[in-house]
Amino acid sequence: MSAATVAVRTGLHRGRIEFRQGVTSGQDLWMTLYFPVFALVVMFFLRGRTVPGTDFSLGAQAVPGILGMNVVLVGLVAVAMVLTMDREDGTLLRAKATPNGVLGYVVGKVVSRAGMTVLGLLVPLLPSAFLFDGLRLGDAAAWLTLTWVLALGLVAVLPLGIVLGSLFESVQGLSVVTLAGMALMGVSGVFYPVTALPEWLQWIAQVFPIYWLGLGLRSALLPDALVMAEIGESWRHLETVGVLGAWAVLGLLLAPPVLRRMARRESGARMAARREKALRRPM
Amino acid sequence: MNLAQPTGGSTPVIETRDLRMRYGSTEVLRGVDLRVHRGEVVALLGPNGAGKTTTIEILEGFRRRSAGEVRVLGTDPDHGNEAWRARLGVVLQSWRDHGRWRVRELLDHLGRFYAPYRTAERPRPYPVDELVDLVGLRDRADAVVARLSGGQRRRLDVAVGLVGRPDLLFLDEPTVGFDPQARHEFHDVVHRLSELEDTAILLTTHDLDEAEKLSDRILILAGGTIAAEGTPAELATRVAGTAEVRYRRGGEQRTHAVTDATAYVRELFARHGDAITDLEVRRARLEDVYLALVREFESGQRTEAFHELKELAV
Repeated sequence: MSAATVAVRTGLHRGRIEFRQGVTSGQDLWMTLYFPVFALVVMFFLRGRTVPGTDFSLGAQAVPGILGMNVVLVGLVAVAMVLTMDREDGTLLRAKATPNGVLGYVVGKVVSRAGMTVLGLLVPLLPSAFLFDGLRLGDAAAWLTLTWVLALGLVAVLPLGIVLGSLFESVQGLSVVTLAGMALMGVSGVFYPVTALPEWLQWIAQVFPIYWLGLGLRSALLPDALVMAEIGESWRHLETVGVLGAWAVLGLLLAPPVLRRMARRESGARMAARREKALRRPM
Repeated sequence: MNLAQPTGGSTPVIETRDLRMRYGSTEVLRGVDLRVHRGEVVALLGPNGAGKTTTIEILEGFRRRSAGEVRVLGTDPDHGNEAWRARLGVVLQSWRDHGRWRVRELLDHLGRFYAPYRTAERPRPYPVDELVDLVGLRDRADAVVARLSGGQRRRLDVAVGLVGRPDLLFLDEPTVGFDPQARHEFHDVVHRLSELEDTAILLTTHDLDEAEKLSDRILILAGGTIAAEGTPAELATRVAGTAEVRYRRGGEQRTHAVTDATAYVRELFARHGDAITDLEVRRARLEDVYLALVREFESGQRTEAFHELKELAV
């Protein structure tokens, strides 16, 4: 077995351990579930209102979009944060000091964070089934669509998370990314049909993965009649694959060189300097 | 500088020639020549800011040098591949990583990366149970890393450094911030290590006492070069042959290090007679010379003590 193969297998081992640590850590679970928890509570109170032109609950209509948003929050923003923290505490340098360790580290990170992202989607579905009527949770076709949208979504967001985590030196720097994500959420039809927005905002939304993850999950979980609230009155699966696929290609192309550059520059002295800066920063 | 070759002409595990490092306009290393041989424990001793960490990071392949020749296990660290990496153990000043992992779990995990690089004479990785015994963490093998004490944590770092059964182990300031008990325990670990088969250790420290206790040979790094080198005993003997003469002449305090104090003082009186006051002659100790060196280095001037050590090194 080649050393790289061993590293990939060891990375899977790391992914399993980190995932186990994630599901047993209150902090990690909170990071994974805070958004859907808040959003679903809000939507629960809005369940009486309906999607314009239908008698379908606005709250239920928003559930897939919220889950799609959470895929981006857990699979991209949290990945970037974890990567930045791993640089601060020396986990990444440790990987660098180990033969093929960076490869193993990345494999482990992708596996464990993918696990957390799936968890962040599936766990909120359970209460949603009780809180909202009309979600197609008993339908095998719905689960099939959900599976491919989620899989493609993961391939689109995880590498981007790694790229952003490599570019930003500190967790504080990443708050820019979080803010941008929140702004995008506002225009991406997470809580309210995007067709209600001015057309130019719809175009902005359609560039980014948040909108398409939401659309894909709505196509899986909502009754077909709700398609009339979407742009072009279509679930647009082809376009979903196209845009998420394009982000995936971009991320997969960028991640290796960006990560390599970051890992090459990593040293004990840099780590110490960063920590000193972090300690001086007023909390 | 005349370097002895204790292992009879075998290739050194570390060899640098005229190693230089410049940050902007500051030259931290101004031509470092050093060699470490197989199985040797060498201390790189110097004050804070002397460039010890820079040197060790260059050797580890974590930092690119500005100029000079460097060979670590026969390879230029800037171009070291993963097979080369597998033969090194690295212990940095301060790891805080993998806080949620358990000791045994982490050692087992990191060890797996080394398995493809095992050879008949170096079975890799090091068995985890032997490793936790070696560093005295048997009782804590199932503990969560974040709950270890400072000293235990550092011993875990050493265990991680050793998990690939390295030919060469780097220890950067291993006992900074330790209480005397933790320090003592750590020194015991290093002593046990030095009895290990063929693992050379390069450790940095700013503590002469530690360097004397742990190493076969001390390299004093000051002013960006190796100011002196030798076994602790050699350095002590060389220094013991010198004395420090202090006196006041014309209201000015003077200090000289000389090899023959008696002759020097006789000459002094012959030349200046009554102008000499407050005469004091002291046998120099290694510690005095080293401390003087550190003081001068830190005040930005490199004068007598530096030259004194330079002379000793010749």
